Amino acid sequence: MDHTELLFFTEVLVGGLLSGVMYSLVAIGFVLIYKTSGVLNFAQGSMVLFSALTFVSLVERAVPFWVALLATFALMVLLGLSIERLVLRPLVNKPPIILFMATLGLSYMIEGAAQLAWGTQVHALELGIEDLPLEIAGVFISKFDLFAAAIAAAMVTGLTLFFQYTRVGLAFRAVADDTFAAYAVGLRLPRIWATVWTAAGFVATVAGLLWGARLGVQFSLSLIVLKALPVLVLGGFDSILGAIVGGLIIGAAEKLAEVYLGPYVVGGIESWFAYVIALGFLLIRPSGLFGQKPVERA
Amino acid sequence: MSTESLAAPVAAPHKPARAALPLRKEPGAGPAALRLEDITLSFGGVVAVSNIDMSVEPGEIRAIIGPNGAGKSSLINVISGVYRPDRGRVWIGGRSYAQVPTQKLARLGVARTFQNLALFRGLSVFDNIVTARVFARRANFIEQMIGLGRARRERLDARERTERIMSFLDLTGIRHTLVGTLPYGLQKRVELARALVASPQILLLDEPMAGMTLPDKRDMSRFVRAARDEFGMTVILIEHDIGVVMGLSDRVTVLEHGRKIADGTPAEVKADQAVIDAYLGVVHEGDEEEPAASSGSGRRVSSNGGLR
Amino acid sequence: MSSSVLSSVPAAARLSLPVWVGPLITLGIAFGVIPFVGTSYLFDAILTPFLALSLAALGLNLLTGYAGQLSLGTAAFMAVGAFAAYNFNLRVEGLPFVISIGLAGLSAAVVGIFFGLPSLRLKGFYLAVSTLAAQFFVQWALTKFDWFSNHNPSGVIDAPPLVLFGITFGGAVGRYLFALTVVTAVTLLTLRLLNTQTGHNFIAVRDHELAARVIGVPVLRTKLLAFAISSFIVGVAGVLWAFAYLRTVEPHGFNLDRSFQILFIVIIGGLASIRGAFFGAALIVVFPLVLSRVGSFLLGSYFDSGVLDMSQRIVLGVLIIAFLILEPRGLVALWDRVVRGGKAR
Ligand SMILES: Nc1ncnc2c1ncn2[C@@H]1O[C@H](COP(=O)(O)OP(=O)(O)O)[C@@H](O)[C@H]1O
Ligand SMILES: [Mg+2]
Repeated sequence: MDHTELLFFTEVLVGGLLSGVMYSLVAIGFVLIYKTSGVLNFAQGSMVLFSALTFVSLVERAVPFWVALLATFALMVLLGLSIERLVLRPLVNKPPIILFMATLGLSYMIEGAAQLAWGTQVHALELGIEDLPLEIAGVFISKFDLFAAAIAAAMVTGLTLFFQYTRVGLAFRAVADDTFAAYAVGLRLPRIWATVWTAAGFVATVAGLLWGARLGVQFSLSLIVLKALPVLVLGGFDSILGAIVGGLIIGAAEKLAEVYLGPYVVGGIESWFAYVIALGFLLIRPSGLFGQKPVERA
Repeated sequence: MSTESLAAPVAAPHKPARAALPLRKEPGAGPAALRLEDITLSFGGVVAVSNIDMSVEPGEIRAIIGPNGAGKSSLINVISGVYRPDRGRVWIGGRSYAQVPTQKLARLGVARTFQNLALFRGLSVFDNIVTARVFARRANFIEQMIGLGRARRERLDARERTERIMSFLDLTGIRHTLVGTLPYGLQKRVELARALVASPQILLLDEPMAGMTLPDKRDMSRFVRAARDEFGMTVILIEHDIGVVMGLSDRVTVLEHGRKIADGTPAEVKADQAVIDAYLGVVHEGDEEEPAASSGSGRRVSSNGGLR
Repeated sequence: MSSSVLSSVPAAARLSLPVWVGPLITLGIAFGVIPFVGTSYLFDAILTPFLALSLAALGLNLLTGYAGQLSLGTAAFMAVGAFAAYNFNLRVEGLPFVISIGLAGLSAAVVGIFFGLPSLRLKGFYLAVSTLAAQFFVQWALTKFDWFSNHNPSGVIDAPPLVLFGITFGGAVGRYLFALTVVTAVTLLTLRLLNTQTGHNFIAVRDHELAARVIGVPVLRTKLLAFAISSFIVGVAGVLWAFAYLRTVEPHGFNLDRSFQILFIVIIGGLASIRGAFFGAALIVVFPLVLSRVGSFLLGSYFDSGVLDMSQRIVLGVLIIAFLILEPRGLVALWDRVVRGGKAR
């Protein structure tokens, strides 16, 4: 590999890692909820769509940026709380498969409602960051991707600190470790769930803005849930670290495959390639890289 | 005794391995129906079972007792291949295993019940029981769909055996009921039926009477004894109710903290000081009434000692 | 004491008609009455798609409802069935169409086994996500390699006429009868299957995998068999969908939304219920029609196709959640309660 090739490779790799961070961002929303209530929240993608649509529609109606941001965030928190209260609370103790199907129903509802309220046309979302390539040591990197990755990284750090050092955070980890025991010692689960759904709403807002700015705000935004799933499978549904590492691996592998493999396999493989990587890993480690192995008891 | 590697160049299955006999510790016994050799099992740091040796004669009813967490269920799980022990071997019908192949358990002549109900809730009583003849089926699913030839023979055989077990256990009246809707005691009985219908040589029962009412317990004891007397099964039974244990079993093995602290006839075990210290004083596990409970000393330590 | 418990239970054996009377009457009407009184709108827009979706839901129900393995890739297996039937029919001279259908089902079964292989190692969501791989991969392959669509530039191909045992099923009524015949046959076979050891094995693996293994159920083989049989049925449903309903074969209709739609049919109709597949499909086919009538009646021209689409999604989502919370056993349980007139809880 000569120098230019190496540079090109690095460029592709970095680009992949940066978009991987964006996958991680969505995946973390899942992990938060999965860890505390054992629900694989399929509606996470539609929440991303909903937040982006809301924000962009408000901005288009001349609402100031920060006001729109706050309003969107508030709405997402409200949405998260009502999902928890109206849908998941009545289904508590139901098998995970049932909870999952409920979130599938939710995602239909939210997608429908978002587009009924704000329309189905594609909106451009401007966050004020020009998408110019930035040269670092001969490698060109998208400024926007860098910015998005920085935000995502900041959020991940923030969430980690929050769950590491605050009381609610500690309670969260207790619940995640052993829901039953946590209940027995009197931790107030509903409050923890509320916190987690607030956090998930927050994550969805940030992801919605970043992804919306990148791809344009439209229905297909909710499909990033399909990008997050292989990341989760790879990292383990219950591991924040897994979501980050999984996102990076998938992001990088996808870009590299697109560039180096794409020409040979008639292209367009991005719809399933991430799944194949994830499945490959799974066959070696059935609970993902960092997931907890379920123990069979009899 | 870790001599097994030298012994028994594992001959034809289902033949008592003569070569193993001279190495056995128990004097004068015939070939054991089941033998555990130096079984040790741990989960992470927790040692659930440690260095257990045990030998059960054909036709014997063996009780395993001990406080909660003593490792009784783990032992049954080792025997049925659900867990793989860290060390030791399990001898069944003249063959020894590092891990018993669960999938072939029924064909090895071993059937079991579970501490917590493990019925197929979506099937009726009859179907739960008849399904347990699966190990004897050879016909593939297409033959089953056509339903002639051996598929038909196997089906009729399974149904007939199910009928017999159902009338033996007094279940015929509820044959079409979904098991999930039955009261607890009956569900336990259906689970016993599901184990019996396989006509096993060895029957493993993990707390078959836990949480039962007194009359249900009495029925269950009667069924267990009949399983031995009428079908000649070897029974290994975990039970907390000392009254039941004393009345039902030929020998009793006592576990505590994963160790065997005693092994003998009910009378011997009852008189054993280590057992009295370790177990009889704290029998109020679960929430069952306790007829024979000696109001003895509280908790104490004494992990070795005992008979043997 | 125990005998009193025993005698109280079989009270469930009420005085009622044998269970086969209802289905038999339904079949009689479906074959003997409807073909003579129905309009071609009824056949083309309602009954034929209803039958195809019912069959797909029946297949999924076998896998998810009975064998307990969640699949999110049902539409992929429909697509395999449709394209396989098309290609067998196209490339093998003189192959009777019944055989093409059978081979289409077998092709779907093979693909189903392949994507079911992860079920040997994976459980729950990990498995569900892996079935998504089937969805995306199959759709990609059918779009990318135009051999499958006989190098047809648009990727949309007309379906050949339907011939069963020398009878050509033409026209709206014909296609309906064709679908009805196939669905009836497959449903009867499924009913039979559920009463065999294999059917019981499915339920055993679903309800208590460990206990199933202990009694000797070949758990891995049972799971793969569930994937195979389910995919076979779904593949045949795909043939009906493409040949009898759409009359074109193209990959785009077999997308993730279709997979979810079939899953919804199963949930709404009732998991682990044959009738559930039909009840659910009926609701899914009929409710958009009702919604559009009601919508345009109430809202007039504001209720355009976009709005209809969105309100459909919302109503569907609400329905799913409502059923899961209020009646997890689905329409079938509701129906049974109504028929029994509220007695016998
Ligand atoms: N699958 C498992 N994973 C981790 N620990 C286990 C498992 N099964 C049993 N144990 C532990 O092993 C010990 C013995 O348990 P068990 O055999 O169930 O006892 P018993 O049946 O006598 O009450 C306990 O400390 C229990 O927590
Ligand atoms: Mg136990």
